[in-house]
Amino acid sequence: MPPSDAQALITFDQVVKRFGDLTVLDHLDFSVAPGERVTLIGPSGSGKTTILRLLMTLERVTEGTIMVEGEPFSHMPRGDRLVPANEAYLSARRKRIGMVFQQFNLFPNMTVRKNLTEAPVHVLKLSRAEADARAEELLELVGLSDKIDAHPTQLSGGQQQRVAIARALAMRPEILLLDEVTSALDPELVAGVLDVLRTIAETTDITMLCVTHEMGFARDVSHRVLMFDEGRIAEEGTPDEIFGDPREERTKSFLKSVLDNGH
Amino acid sequence: MIWDFEWTWQVMPDLMQGLAVTVQATVFGYLIALVLGLAIAMVRRVPVIGTIVHAVMEFIRTTPLLVQLVFVFALAPSTVSALTVGIVVLGVHYSAYTAEVYRSGIEGVPKGQWEAARALSLPAGRTWGAVVLPQAIRKVIPALGNYLIAMFKDTPLLLAITVTELLATARQVGSAGFRIVEAYTVVGFLFLLVSIPSAILIRRLERRYAAV
Repeated sequence: MPPSDAQALITFDQVVKRFGDLTVLDHLDFSVAPGERVTLIGPSGSGKTTILRLLMTLERVTEGTIMVEGEPFSHMPRGDRLVPANEAYLSARRKRIGMVFQQFNLFPNMTVRKNLTEAPVHVLKLSRAEADARAEELLELVGLSDKIDAHPTQLSGGQQQRVAIARALAMRPEILLLDEVTSALDPELVAGVLDVLRTIAETTDITMLCVTHEMGFARDVSHRVLMFDEGRIAEEGTPDEIFGDPREERTKSFLKSVLDNGH
Repeated sequence: MIWDFEWTWQVMPDLMQGLAVTVQATVFGYLIALVLGLAIAMVRRVPVIGTIVHAVMEFIRTTPLLVQLVFVFALAPSTVSALTVGIVVLGVHYSAYTAEVYRSGIEGVPKGQWEAARALSLPAGRTWGAVVLPQAIRKVIPALGNYLIAMFKDTPLLLAITVTELLATARQVGSAGFRIVEAYTVVGFLFLLVSIPSAILIRRLERRYAAV
């Protein structure tokens, strides 16, 4: 059992997620401290992505509760009970969290600038000038200042993903969720995206939850690695422990299969 | 039988007036179909209400336009003009079709776009207005255009409810002057005159938007 103390930024308490008969998360307990960078690894279908999707409120828990900043997140208080959170409750809390998707999901009908300023202007109510300044700053961070007026379709996959990272950061989230952000990229474009994420990890104290198959990146960047198997945490530890000296047989065989695939 | 050019020329102003009514019915009916169809497509995603709306639209699509025209005209208060009844019925009838077109466009927008909008906390208005609809409508512009021409060709049905559109005008002047062939030939020609440029325009739009 992880500590569910008030210090934790994110706490999963006995979280179950089922899709029909399929149990994706099976009474999951874990917590993440503020500023912590946690990597989730494990075979596909082990529930890693579902954790991110629950936090982004793209899915709802079947059972159990999620707390963020000591406040119910999947549920909301009504009287002295907790009931499943409604849309208004979720939308007030979702803004603290940003997500980068495997398939980038940039808005193809908008320029890069519009992609980056749409939410800051219409959600955070920034002025156009403020939002533009923020967009320019972030594009510089991801090395794409010259693409500000380009359309996403004119960019390579790696560039699109860097714009998507900038778009998520434009909301100044406290928590950044990274869902296999390099899995859809051609191999030669992976390094550029990972470099950007390394810079963000080094220069900010943003809390990161990262689902990835890039073990080198996980080792460099994360404070803690969670190995998932069949909806449960099979093993957790520092990167050195998990990658250097895994205890569980499942972890060993998973790491071996990933490394055999040339990652 | 000899074609009477002089007579044809004489009745031309009347026929053009009929054409004006036809075009008017088409334009306003189409505007209703465009706006109402979109509203229906969006409402259809709402549980319960969506199902009811869907059932009503299925009913409209599976009964003949002519029957709907005659039925509504019979029930409409006499203060409402026949042309107004015609425009509204045409518009509502075709909105059942445009709604399906919009729906296919909306469903064609990848799930990831909705999720990205949600991840950015965009309010529903922006998610629809800035993200989903611009992508959805772009894809269905050609299909929507085809319904404009289809509707234009359905306007002669309005003569059944006493609207003196082009065909009704031709019937009147044709029988009065015993020049049926001339009158109806000009009708066909005038329909072509409007349809062909519209079709070319739609083809152009299709080419322009098919690229993405």
